[in-house]
Amino acid sequence: MEIEQSYIKIYKDFGQLIKDNSAEVMNRERDKAFARFEELGFPTTKLEDYKHTDIRSRYAIDFGMNIRRVEFPINPYSVFKCDVPGINSHLFFIVNDSFYHDPQGDTTNKEIEDLISQGVLIGSLKEHAEKQPDLVAKYYGKAANVQNDGSVAFNAAFAQDGFFLYVPKNVVIEKPIQLINVMRATTDTMANSRNLIVLEEGAKAKFLVCAHTMDACNFLSNRVTEVFVGKNASYEHYKLENTSYNMTNIGSLYVEQSEGSNVLVNEMTLHNGFTRNNICINLNGEHAEALLCGMAIGDKEELIDNTTAINHNVSHCHSKELYKYVLNDKATGVFAGRILVKQDAQKTEAYQSNKNLCATKDAHVYSKPQLEIYADDVKCSHGATTGQIDDNALFYMRSRGISEREARMLLMLAFTNDVIENISVEALKNRIHLLVEKRFRGELSKCAGCIICKE
Amino acid sequence: MLEIKNLHASINGKEILKGINLTVKPGEIHAIMGPNGSGKSTLSSVLTGNPAFQVTEGEVHFYGKNLLELSPEDRSREGVFLSFQYPVEIPGVSMVNFMRTAVNEHRKYKGLDPMSASDFLKLMREKKDLVELDNKLANRSVNEGFSGGEKKRNEIFQMAMLEPRLSILDETDSGLDIDALRIVANGVNKLKSKDNASIVITHYQRLLDYIVPDFVHVLYKGRIVKSAGKELALELEEKGYDWIKKELGE
Repeated sequence: MEIEQSYIKIYKDFGQLIKDNSAEVMNRERDKAFARFEELGFPTTKLEDYKHTDIRSRYAIDFGMNIRRVEFPINPYSVFKCDVPGINSHLFFIVNDSFYHDPQGDTTNKEIEDLISQGVLIGSLKEHAEKQPDLVAKYYGKAANVQNDGSVAFNAAFAQDGFFLYVPKNVVIEKPIQLINVMRATTDTMANSRNLIVLEEGAKAKFLVCAHTMDACNFLSNRVTEVFVGKNASYEHYKLENTSYNMTNIGSLYVEQSEGSNVLVNEMTLHNGFTRNNICINLNGEHAEALLCGMAIGDKEELIDNTTAINHNVSHCHSKELYKYVLNDKATGVFAGRILVKQDAQKTEAYQSNKNLCATKDAHVYSKPQLEIYADDVKCSHGATTGQIDDNALFYMRSRGISEREARMLLMLAFTNDVIENISVEALKNRIHLLVEKRFRGELSKCAGCIICKE
Repeated sequence: MLEIKNLHASINGKEILKGINLTVKPGEIHAIMGPNGSGKSTLSSVLTGNPAFQVTEGEVHFYGKNLLELSPEDRSREGVFLSFQYPVEIPGVSMVNFMRTAVNEHRKYKGLDPMSASDFLKLMREKKDLVELDNKLANRSVNEGFSGGEKKRNEIFQMAMLEPRLSILDETDSGLDIDALRIVANGVNKLKSKDNASIVITHYQRLLDYIVPDFVHVLYKGRIVKSAGKELALELEEKGYDWIKKELGE
């Protein structure tokens, strides 16, 4: 427990300071979460769920934590400009682990005012937890798997802030809400943050999370997002990671779906260092639908692990899952997809597909599709394939004068196409197409148009 | 334009071509016929640089250039085209994107600027009509879900787009009904000029009713065992390949 000891010491020495700089609601379960972390430690590769992904060793670096909430001198709004036409979003930032307040007032623009007048709550989780403790307490920590995952328990012990969105009954937010997580520091830094998203009955929202790094030191982020989607509500969650080799990104997403709700989750990893995405979708009400997609493009020694669970807890729900990996060089991909159909979840339809392309001999994919079915009247399927680039297609293209490099690029691009097509925001879809193409061409070291990254 | 001398080639150590000699001049149409397994498709694969085959002996020159030293893409850019016996389906790559990439790579090779999007689409429309290819097919993925006839027409469409100096049509007639055959053959005939040449590989004489060859060669056991004018095709149709075998004393 050596690696854990230094963090245990930090909590014992600074626990009060952590609490003083967070909200009471977030502190309620903090000591319990810490106690659980003390018991569990960080997940090791001895655990089935972390067999190929040694996140524990990633914590061995002596990261700094910003417990006192010292503001980092940067205004992301002034340096971030998205130059892809049509991406018109409500833009928010988490710098390291803190919600960023625009000195000009990020909640003062007309559109946000309109939303607020309809009862929408949006902004810092810490502040909303202070202002609306009952509302936040109703949901905070209710979905995250603190009990069984040491990494999530760690987040619950250390996270002090994050993003909060509350959409009241029947309110529709047309524009996507974009949250950019930026890592920015001059020394090795860790960020623990917590997002909470609540959609009441009939509400609609689209959420886009981007992960970026800005500096060359080592970063680790451990972010937990809980989403509660009310009856007949509709929620889309896109995550785009475009970080760097010095980044360890641990993201846990928990989605709780009520009756008749509709959820789309699409997580795309373009550039990263070491990434673990935990995704857990609970279908708790009949006729709920979930579409879970993701893709990962890896090269060098990048590692991307998507461990997903879709739980059909009641009958008449649909889920569809599609994950694709394209790996070059010595990259590693891990996919674990578990679909659980409980005993009474009759008339369930659940389909899962995982397809992987290893473009080099040294690239590896570990794929583990799992179906666990306890009901007897269901339609379920799963399939996993891992292969190389199709030599026949490659030769066909070359015989038309397309260079081998370009042909490979087109084939890899084609391979990821159906995941990208599962983006309902047209401008975002076009942008991702462009970014993925640049990624395969090696022209993308950072997000196109993101001035933050060009510094 | 094309000079093949004593070409030997093998796949997985098994020799398929055992000394092919063939000269093709601009404006000519050569038909290569022969029984199954005689090496017809291997010849087309070797000429276009399919990496599955190894050339063990011999030379191939195309307008003086050593063709065997060129990559498949450079052979294409030099003006060698293969209409595949089994066109490959490429899910996710649209015909438009595929053809635009190919055309612009050819242009780049010749030192020309890429074609503008509007010029390109105009060219595509024009060439599509030549083989009566449906508009919708252009927006679909390459060959994906195309019928057998559509795939073959798509090959000739690509040929029209790339304007090769030498076209090799590998069993372009296989799997075609009589209407599709006529459309494909018409396309090929319209593309014919005094500056380009074709090698037509076929089992049957049927295609040669539409695409009339100047020379007919019989390929047997990896060698060209008989060459003559177009009348040879008719004779083969009538007497079968056994007649050739007998002539060879087998």
